[in-house]
Amino acid sequence: MNIDRREFLRLLTFASAAGLLPLNSRAANEGLYNIPARGDVRLLHITDTHAQLKPVYFREPSVNLGFHDALGKAPHLTGARLLERFKIVAGSHLAHAFTSLNFTEAANQYGKVGGFAYLKTLIDDLRDGFGSDKTLLLDGGDTWQGSGTALWTRGKDMVAACNLLGVDVMTGHWEFTYRDGEVLENIAAFKGDFVAQNVKVKEDALFDGSPAYDEDSGHALKPYVMKNLGGHRIAVIGQAFPYTPVANPSRFIPDWTFGINDGDLQELVDEIRSSEKPSAVIVLSHNGMDVDLKMASRVTGIDAILGGHTHDGIPAPIEVKNANGITLVTNAGCNGKFVGVLDLKLGAQGVSGYYYKLLPVFSNLLKADPAMASYIETMRKPWQSKLEAPLAVAGELLYRRGNFNGTFDQVICDALRMVNDVQISLSPGFRWGTSVLPGQTITMEHVLDQTCITYPETYVREMSGKDLKAILEDVGDNLFNPDPYYQQGGDMVRLGGLDYRFDPLQAMGKRVSEMTLDNGEKIQAGKNYKVAGWATVGSQSAGEPIWDTVATYLRDVKTVNIKKMNTPVLLNAVNNPGISNG
Amino acid sequence: MQMKRRYFLASLCKAAACIVAATSFPRLAFSGWNERAFQAETLDGAFKNKYPGLDIVDSQAIKLKAPAIAENGSVVPVTVKTDLPDVKSISLFVEKNPSPLAATFNLGPLNVADVSIRIRMGETSNLVAVVESGGKLHRVQQEVKVTIGGCGG
Repeated sequence: MNIDRREFLRLLTFASAAGLLPLNSRAANEGLYNIPARGDVRLLHITDTHAQLKPVYFREPSVNLGFHDALGKAPHLTGARLLERFKIVAGSHLAHAFTSLNFTEAANQYGKVGGFAYLKTLIDDLRDGFGSDKTLLLDGGDTWQGSGTALWTRGKDMVAACNLLGVDVMTGHWEFTYRDGEVLENIAAFKGDFVAQNVKVKEDALFDGSPAYDEDSGHALKPYVMKNLGGHRIAVIGQAFPYTPVANPSRFIPDWTFGINDGDLQELVDEIRSSEKPSAVIVLSHNGMDVDLKMASRVTGIDAILGGHTHDGIPAPIEVKNANGITLVTNAGCNGKFVGVLDLKLGAQGVSGYYYKLLPVFSNLLKADPAMASYIETMRKPWQSKLEAPLAVAGELLYRRGNFNGTFDQVICDALRMVNDVQISLSPGFRWGTSVLPGQTITMEHVLDQTCITYPETYVREMSGKDLKAILEDVGDNLFNPDPYYQQGGDMVRLGGLDYRFDPLQAMGKRVSEMTLDNGEKIQAGKNYKVAGWATVGSQSAGEPIWDTVATYLRDVKTVNIKKMNTPVLLNAVNNPGISNG
Repeated sequence: MQMKRRYFLASLCKAAACIVAATSFPRLAFSGWNERAFQAETLDGAFKNKYPGLDIVDSQAIKLKAPAIAENGSVVPVTVKTDLPDVKSISLFVEKNPSPLAATFNLGPLNVADVSIRIRMGETSNLVAVVESGGKLHRVQQEVKVTIGGCGG
């Protein structure tokens, strides 16, 4: 069955490739990188590259459900619905970049995406084509985490890469999962401005002498920066991920407190507008797109929110109305796959027009920047053999992104179950992690792409059916609470050995039902089950790092063919525009 | 050399702590303690015991600042401010705590109606701030989520 499907896909690939023009001329026909210089200032935006220095495959989600006010709207559109909404031609480079349609076939055809050497070439072209002195490069964060080398150098390989890339301003999230001293060291080594209006030093920590950017306001870091672009003054305010100490361990950054703090943001925008007299006010955000959209409707005086965190690659800005006008909201995908280009026309009253493109970074269509390429090779050298160690062959497409278990998550969950001999496994619903095509060798680097965090320890423990349900309900509410301010921006917890029904429209405590083990046995509230997992937020677990568990499993199975996906039966989601086939 | 603000504040706090220790409140000082209000187990019961006979109206004139999701349910920072005139007291209620009344601030005529406190919350709950002003109760509320965390994108 599995082999038949693979064979079919392989044949499809040949068939479609046979009828195509050579790649470069086809891309030229689409005018992919032909961006005219319009407006007075250009803002380039990357976000959530997750330390992917080399080109990767990354499959966009086919399940990204939205309900209530978000129903049928970006970012909760996938596949053909997304193409239709943004008028993208099916089968094009752009269609492949923005959707998961015919992913394997299209990925074989169009090649890998991202990679800092290719990003550098594209970004330099976009700067030079517009005027370097009028262009800013903004990075929304989740840049210094996500690869083996980022973990082993505690983010420093990425700080150096960002300095080479020429990042002018950034904010953060996973950057805060190193120890606070390391975070401050990295920020000091970063040549741009690291901004965050919503990270403050706790009052008692201030008393005890914890360092702060501003002791009076309590800001741990610079809240905003003014940039002069060809005579125009642009304010860039940082909005770090508001729930860092909730979604990630607070023990690494015990003195800092986060939050959405949109009241503070309004005060700051008003103050900047009156004292700095800016031509434009930009928020560089790591809120997640649903939170950005709500924030844009509540806070006035912001021209654009350039966002990240939820990894939504949205082809066009969303114009959000609020009491004083319109705020643009953009989100620029992840893994180095996209560069957002926002050209602003500025008049006496501020922003008078805009032009936006979210450009996919196809490494086959761009030259590698030699300096960046050589930096990456030199930096990786000491770890090369460890990273490239082959573990198994992918018998099918392996990916993570989507509201429920991706195939690579299933591999992690299956590994936890097999290696630890437990009934059930749990794995976090992170949105990063690259994709592996059928037939590709899975290397240690691929495993690290999915697992590389500073709290990777595994655990094995007994959990009652009641506790398991509580976990599923809690994470389910973080994803599907009708109010975006109560969402944390991850996907649903991944499960091994446990099936369930899930109704996103219900209230917390009522979404999950019919929990059963793989053998069909119903989960009972009062009964205990043996559970393995990793990435505990509260305190450090005792087990080996998850990547060792997954590597052990992969070496054992040799070829990955997933026997069973533990994805839930969804209720009230059949015709949701956030679900697509393929 | 200028004394840094935080050192000044820290020494100020220590000084204040000394005064408190020296006076060491006798039980008598708690004669104003509204035992019934703190013992009530339901939100309505706590309202009635705390403010018998007063009507409650929802108000836009109160600013309640609390996190949507608590970083730590044991110490949830809450600030209540209001421009309402003649504020006699400000109370905070946590609907799902075993005893919903978490705190009351009694204000004199010269006090500014701007109070901050950290409260303990056992689970996700509505947080209600009530301001007693002009012989009426004014209310604003917000849900504060207490979550097990993890799984951030």
